[in-house]
Amino acid sequence: MCHQSVGLIQSIIEKAGIPTASVTLCREITERVAPPRALFVDFPFGYPLGAPNDTALQTRIALSALALLTEAVPPVILRDCAVLR
Amino acid sequence: MAKLSQLKLAHQIFMKAYRYRKVDWRPGARLSKLLSEVRVAVVTTAGFFKPDQLPFDVSIRGGDCSYRVLPLDTALSKLAIAHRSDAFDIRGITADKNLALPLDRLKTLVAEGVIGSVAPRHFSFMGSISAPGRLINSTAPEVAYMLLEDAVNAVLLTPV
Repeated sequence: MCHQSVGLIQSIIEKAGIPTASVTLCREITERVAPPRALFVDFPFGYPLGAPNDTALQTRIALSALALLTEAVPPVILRDCAVLR
Repeated sequence: MAKLSQLKLAHQIFMKAYRYRKVDWRPGARLSKLLSEVRVAVVTTAGFFKPDQLPFDVSIRGGDCSYRVLPLDTALSKLAIAHRSDAFDIRGITADKNLALPLDRLKTLVAEGVIGSVAPRHFSFMGSISAPGRLINSTAPEVAYMLLEDAVNAVLLTPV
C-alpha cells in the first residue's frame, strides 16, 4: 500500500505546483495510481534506493529519479532505472 | 524484483481486488530552475519518526494518515520505524535510513554542485494505508503547503 500512498501524496504535491518524482519497486501498483513521474528500480520491497550503505548506488538512483524532472511534463513517465541494467 | 505475486497469498488477494485511488495531478508542474539550483525535499512512507515524536498509531483501521516532520539535521540513525509489515523486509532501512530517506546522499549532491540545496524539512508517512481519504483530503495537502512554505522546487518520494 506504500506505493499507492506515495503516488497519491506525489500527485497532490504536483497539483500544488511543485514538480515531483518517485521511486517505485512495484510497476503493477504505480501503473494503476499513475503519478506524474516514477523511476522503476528492480529491487525487493523495502529497498527503494537499492542497498543499505551503498552510497554510490543510492546516489545514482536518487539522481536518476530527480533527472526525470528535467524532462517535458509528461502524460506519465514510468522509466526503468538505467543504472541497474 | 518486487511483484505482487511474491507476497503472501492473503496480501495478493487483497491487493489484486483493491480499488486503487488516483488523484488528478494535471497539468503537472515544471522545474522553474536548473537542477543545479533547485531545493530538494524527500517524502517517504517508511514510517520513520524521531524519538521525541509520537509514534504512528498502528491500531487505526485503514491506516494512520498522519505524518512526521523530519528536520534536515535529524540524526538518521536515531529514527525509529513504525512501519512493520510482512509485505516488506525491514532489515535494509533498519541498517541504513538513507535507503528510504537519502538526506546524506542529497547533501553529497549539493556538495558536488549537482543540486542546489536540501530543504529544511522532510516528511515521513506511515505505510499500510488502505483507507487514504484523510491522506488525500487533509494530511498530504498540509505537507504540500509546508513544502511551498520552504520554497522547495523538487520533491523525491520513496515507498518501502
